[in-house]
Amino acid sequence: MTHVVIVDAVRTPFSKGIEPTANTPKRGKLAHVLPDNMVVTLVRNLLERTGLSPGDVETLLVGNVHQEAEQGLNIARLVVLNPESGLPHSVGGVTVDRFCGSSLHIVGDAKNAILAGEGEVMLCAGVQSISRVPLAGWNPMLNPLVYDGNPKGFINMGITAENLAERYKISRQAQEEFALASHQKAAKARDAGYFKDEIIPIGGVEADDIIRGDVNLEQMAGLKPAFTQNGTVTAATSSPHTDGAAAVLVTSEDYAQRHNLPILARIKAFAGSGCAPEIMGIGPVEASKKALHRAGLQMSDMDLVEMNEAFAAQCLAVLYELEHQGIPIPLEKFNIDGGALALGHPLGASGSRIVGKAARLLQRTGKRYALATMCIGGGQGVAMILENPQSKG
Amino acid sequence: MTGKEDSIQKAVVIGAGAMGSGIAAQLANAGVSVYMLDVVPRDVNPEDPSDRNRIAIKALERMLKASPATDPLNAGFMVPENAKLVTPGNITDHLEEAVRDADWIVEAVIENIDVKRDLFSRLEVLMKPTAVVSSNTSTIPLWQLVEGRADAFRRRFVITHFFNPPRFMHLLEIVAGSDTDADVPPMMEAFGDIRLGKNVIHCKDTPAFLANRVGIYYMFRAITEAVDRNMRIDEADAVLGTPVGFPKEGIFGLLDLVGIGIIPLVTESLLKTLDADDPFRQQDHNKGLDLVRSLLEKGCWGRNSPKGGFYRMQRMEGGKKQKQAVNLETGEYYDVGKLKLASVKASKTQGPRAVLTSGDALGDYAWVVVRDVLLYSAWLLPEIADDLADIDASLRGGYNAKWGPFELMDQLGVDWFCSRVEADGLPLPPALRLAANRPFYRVHNGQLQRLVFDFEAEQADYATLENKPGVIRLEDIRRQGPPLLTHYSASLWDIGDGVACLAFHSKMNTLDPSVLWVVNQTIAFMGQHADTYRALVIYNDEKNFSLGANLGLLDAGFQAARTPLLQACGLSGLMENVMYQVVDAMIVHGQSVFNALRKAPFPVVGAPHGMALGGGCEILLHCDAIQASAETYMGLVESGVGVIPGWGGCVRYLERSQGIADLQSGRIPAVRHAFQTLLMPQFSVSTSAQDARKKHWLRSEDGITMNPDRLLADAKTKALSMVDGYSPPESVTFALPGQAGKSALNMAVDDFYVKGQATYHDVVVADALADVLTGGPEGDCQLCDEQSLALLERQHFLSLMQTEQTKKRIAHTLKTGKPLRESPEANGETVEVLRASRQQLSLKPYPFTGNPLDWVEAFKLKLMADVSAFLLKQV
Repeated sequence: MTHVVIVDAVRTPFSKGIEPTANTPKRGKLAHVLPDNMVVTLVRNLLERTGLSPGDVETLLVGNVHQEAEQGLNIARLVVLNPESGLPHSVGGVTVDRFCGSSLHIVGDAKNAILAGEGEVMLCAGVQSISRVPLAGWNPMLNPLVYDGNPKGFINMGITAENLAERYKISRQAQEEFALASHQKAAKARDAGYFKDEIIPIGGVEADDIIRGDVNLEQMAGLKPAFTQNGTVTAATSSPHTDGAAAVLVTSEDYAQRHNLPILARIKAFAGSGCAPEIMGIGPVEASKKALHRAGLQMSDMDLVEMNEAFAAQCLAVLYELEHQGIPIPLEKFNIDGGALALGHPLGASGSRIVGKAARLLQRTGKRYALATMCIGGGQGVAMILENPQSKG
Repeated sequence: MTGKEDSIQKAVVIGAGAMGSGIAAQLANAGVSVYMLDVVPRDVNPEDPSDRNRIAIKALERMLKASPATDPLNAGFMVPENAKLVTPGNITDHLEEAVRDADWIVEAVIENIDVKRDLFSRLEVLMKPTAVVSSNTSTIPLWQLVEGRADAFRRRFVITHFFNPPRFMHLLEIVAGSDTDADVPPMMEAFGDIRLGKNVIHCKDTPAFLANRVGIYYMFRAITEAVDRNMRIDEADAVLGTPVGFPKEGIFGLLDLVGIGIIPLVTESLLKTLDADDPFRQQDHNKGLDLVRSLLEKGCWGRNSPKGGFYRMQRMEGGKKQKQAVNLETGEYYDVGKLKLASVKASKTQGPRAVLTSGDALGDYAWVVVRDVLLYSAWLLPEIADDLADIDASLRGGYNAKWGPFELMDQLGVDWFCSRVEADGLPLPPALRLAANRPFYRVHNGQLQRLVFDFEAEQADYATLENKPGVIRLEDIRRQGPPLLTHYSASLWDIGDGVACLAFHSKMNTLDPSVLWVVNQTIAFMGQHADTYRALVIYNDEKNFSLGANLGLLDAGFQAARTPLLQACGLSGLMENVMYQVVDAMIVHGQSVFNALRKAPFPVVGAPHGMALGGGCEILLHCDAIQASAETYMGLVESGVGVIPGWGGCVRYLERSQGIADLQSGRIPAVRHAFQTLLMPQFSVSTSAQDARKKHWLRSEDGITMNPDRLLADAKTKALSMVDGYSPPESVTFALPGQAGKSALNMAVDDFYVKGQATYHDVVVADALADVLTGGPEGDCQLCDEQSLALLERQHFLSLMQTEQTKKRIAHTLKTGKPLRESPEANGETVEVLRASRQQLSLKPYPFTGNPLDWVEAFKLKLMADVSAFLLKQV
């Protein structure tokens, strides 16, 4: 049977983004880089690093949220048309919006296309420039029926985290300890040089700038609730606004072997699921179970888990719920290089980052199975199972 | 005034203290680029080159932090962007480069003659020959400052004496020396008047010039006498403040405001320069000075000191703040509460005499102090000024006094005052003798006149007080004849050259049916007399242009509906319904009349100054152009009292928002801008006219007048310039986002709600506003015209008026002058309940004709105007 594999994964540094207003200068450190140019740089690097023949690429899939202004006009095709990317016009360009799950979703799409025989090489990328296009875009509009008729349909993501904290009785301190661990793991991984292979410097920015290895619980305890009057979720326990891009090169295993490309991981299964929008952060529970089922595996088979840390409370709720259902994730397997609380969460790009991270970790640790999963605003979850073919488990 | 106001492009201010930095900021406000230099601090950090400019940099930072409402002494910049025109530096490194090209160099260093002279000797060799050098000295005579300077320097030297804070105090005293070139004083006057917005008074070269000579004597006399008699200072301030036309802070309160450290400095300087027989030198200064010095030693230098000054705020147990005042004998502080003095109350109706004749110790104290100050002022003629009106104007402009000394004597009655003085056994100064019991001012043939003295000939005769060239005063016009139209709350005046001036004169210039009636009649009148009247200006000379619609009338009506009597008769509901009819009529009439004003066949120029809020702002937004006084605080504040703008304010601000060039395209950004602006008046009311331009209340073609004395004339000029080829503006149609946009706007408010930053009623008001601005139920399917948006405004205004909370907010604001904020802890309902509970009224549209009201509606409005005028007279 044909397998679909990940042969390389890269990303830009993740940099703190600042939402723009119409008449202020753009302010994030990466704000001066157009979002499609971030993808162009990653694509060109992937092609150069692998020596892949650009004409072999079937489609460039790009995940991006709020596709307007600098993120509009089908960004994927814009990248193909940009001579700097190194891609010929024959390559297709598709931009996908599944909110935070966008660039994990497209890796699943890429797998399906290859399995269906509709191409051998798929380039997947995700990008977000929050410093150029604000959350919900410049012209947010919402069907009044969704707003009035389904009042919980779209609410501030921070409130969904508060809802989970309340439902699962997650204390503020537990959230802060979780966030602290994320920063400490990320700082340690960075200092160990683990990010060197994955980060491509861009626009004069060489490294992530959100990680704070020296942060402490006292500092976090001093912050005000960020979303409600008496809530427990603060800026420290929420993933920050972030600019950045990530990319994953997906091919059939045959193609990789024919061209002597390194294989980081096989894609075993993908699943998406839906849940109540007011607790959207619980999405990974059902999505992960679905993906495990499709892969014919158990949670206990997973050696590594990469979960997007939208909010500390949200991750903890997922962990508690899985534990409650008897399929716990041991903490030593969880986000071992840190997560979005420390690295940042460029919405469209995070999916590709965690898939790439899971694949690289499988290589680094020599372990066999990894789960990559994330929650999605509006009430969804996506999950993907990766396997390290070199590992005998 | 023969000088040109544009002869100064580059300036240098030396000294970055309160005065220097304030002058630099006002220069920047006038668009002049300016260096602000101070000394290199003694503890300079040698590693950091910018630390050498620390004093000037800190001064800039201090001013940028301050807002006019809470910290007027430091709020030098009209908009923060003006700070870019100020280059901070230090005298050691930057004097040469700063002075080389400067047209005007202002010295505002410490009040020490040697320091000043040393600086002038350096400027002398650096300045260009045509530059003007001036000193901001308060007390030192010019002839002493220029001693030892070369002729070239003396020819370009004057004193320009500003008052603290330079942005807000209207007076600028200019003193020329005997060697000063003839072109310098008029040039500085033109610049100071037109560009810096000051009332310039040319003074003789006598110690402390005009305002301070009298003002400091007043303050010092009040202190000395208070120490002698061991008065309670809060009581002293109560009588020596508002009742006698002095600022409400009184003497001690005012000194706390400016910093009491100024007292020894100024006293010592004055004692050195005044003649030995001057009454100021003859009083015993030591008692007052000892008191001030002991306070200063304790760190009590005024309101900005953590330890306070004459007064302090003490945090008591339980966190409550208590105001305390110093006991002049013991130096201990005692609690002060709200004083209820019969004489102060009486002075409100009987005038200043009431506080001087109360017969008690306080009245006796007040009389002696006021008597001596008034006598001193009279003695100073003609030593410090030939014209008594200059002395009066200087106290008004330099101390914010309501009356100068001669005006105060007129208030008291010159004959009464003279007889009291003689009864005290004191001699009358020549000016009082020559006045011969006549008032110092009179109105004669419609002209304001004052006594002009010829002391040698022992004569005094009235002569007309002339305005500065180009100044038009409404008070002069009022003296000269009856108005063209008038009703209880507003009148129409002929200000010449075919221009009419509509002036409100209701309490705080609130808008009521009477004002609407006069506006309606004005449009009809101008139409009938189109041959004579070609343009209209809306202006008044009160403190504030208008505080908005008169909510007191509505509140009284709703309160009346709930009186036990009406409730017992079961008539409350009926009365409330009548009130809703009245509210609806007010909205319809206001919308129609303002629309007719906009569509009138002649140009209309609004000329605001001070506050122009709510309805007062709405009428301006319907004018063809605005000529605003530099200190204009305008905005739509309706949401604070639980309603939305109902007289076309939403429509007109939406139109302005759609004209903002740097917003993103699409249907949301302009709507969202308008939404945020109207929902958050705490951020959107302008803090100056320049800020109003930034916030899009003013458009780029609207004008700003720095000197409020010139506002009416400038507005008239602007109106006349628009007459030729005038056609009224077209009606506007709007492409709006409809209900999907409304959901998005509401979503943002929901976030504030759950965060506790918006209350339940804020959300209700926001929903109404969002509905209007997004075009209502059909908003996105068609272009919305002004008429349909006006109907939405009206429907929502009325449905908000029907809520209890809006009535509570209105009552609270009327009582306290502040908006009512429900406690966010009371945000009981969840967002979900809130979203489901929104509703609105449906009303029959009222046609927009663009003409004055038809006779039926005009009759109704006149009826309401008469009734409201009757009610207001009863209050």
